[in-house]
Amino acid sequence: MAAKIAVLSGKGGTGKTLVSVNLALAANKAVYVDCDVEEPNGHLFFKPTTIKKEDIFVKIPSIDKNLCTGCKKCVEFCKFNALAYAKELIVFDEVCHSCGGCVMICPQKALNEKDKFIGTVKTGISENVKTITGELKTGEASGVPIIKNLLNKVKDEKELVFIDCPPGSACTVMESIADADFCLLVAEPTVFGSHNLEMVYELIKVFKKPCAVVLNKTTQEKNPSEEFCIKNGIIIFQKIPFDQELGELNSNGKIAVRENYSKKSLFYDLLDKVREAVK
Amino acid sequence: MKIAVPVNDNNTKTEICPSFGRTPFYMIKDTVSNAFDFIVNEAAESIGGAGIKAAQLLLDKNVEIVLTPRCGENSAKVLADASVKLYRTQGNSAMENFDLYEKGKLEPLTNIHPGFHGHGG
Repeated sequence: MAAKIAVLSGKGGTGKTLVSVNLALAANKAVYVDCDVEEPNGHLFFKPTTIKKEDIFVKIPSIDKNLCTGCKKCVEFCKFNALAYAKELIVFDEVCHSCGGCVMICPQKALNEKDKFIGTVKTGISENVKTITGELKTGEASGVPIIKNLLNKVKDEKELVFIDCPPGSACTVMESIADADFCLLVAEPTVFGSHNLEMVYELIKVFKKPCAVVLNKTTQEKNPSEEFCIKNGIIIFQKIPFDQELGELNSNGKIAVRENYSKKSLFYDLLDKVREAVK
Repeated sequence: MKIAVPVNDNNTKTEICPSFGRTPFYMIKDTVSNAFDFIVNEAAESIGGAGIKAAQLLLDKNVEIVLTPRCGENSAKVLADASVKLYRTQGNSAMENFDLYEKGKLEPLTNIHPGFHGHGG
């Protein structure tokens, strides 16, 4: 079974999608999973042909008001405080974590589970890359159920999988890297960038994942993210220069390794290192 | 009738707490006996949904009037469903606001804020 590589960073706009999209295309055959479900943008580069679209639902409680006696056992049970009882039971859908506990605990069997739509998962194809994209419905609180669905699709995947993670180090990122065999941390050459690299590196340590860093937008200037890597003994796999040619391709939704980018060997070289690391 | 105010301390000199849902205590006045009571807000330490749990706590204490500087939409919904009325406090003293309410000098609290919930996953 082939490896899963999570591409992540402490802040948005560092180049997670740039790196994961180019690596997936550089590999002979690969799967690209967009777990950045609040703002998935890998599809803008791949322009995949959609072969399957499915709706994702979570379970929330529905009440049979004729059976509810107002005992409040469910209200007391709910650790997320998603239930209250005034003149009748109130369910706060967006606070509910779909644990199903209230349904189990209700002595009157007045609670049942119903589906709530929270987003979609699209599977598509773009040349040699299979793309799987999650999209959270605007206004929904948590993308975790969609990410679970996405990663479940690649559980037994035979090809190399690139997981484009959401930015930051919160629940959705933890969910995205949980099954990864290797983590690639993308970092910018700024103090802010190095601070965010440190946060995400702390997370990787908690999960005990092997990792390496890709320094993006590098210049001749001092690079605080590089200094952080040296100080902490973190391997740097690649430096992608701050480059107008690459910037223009990227902002036009083009994938560097698919175009005539003069330094596309950067991505092939990075892919070789990743393959070696997960062998 | 019981009137509740979110407060920082459990003594009658206390100041009002700016947060309805995560206030450490509620000061409750019983207008029949004119007695004051302080209850610990068990919702304050909740990871999420503090306002909902706090509102429930007041309903369970049979509170009918809440005097508060502000209130989030979830707490307001629970209180409104139980016909609890909300009034906006003036200044910092909890004690003075019980008087102001009884003299009819407090305005109903109408601009309910959208809350601070929904962050993270």
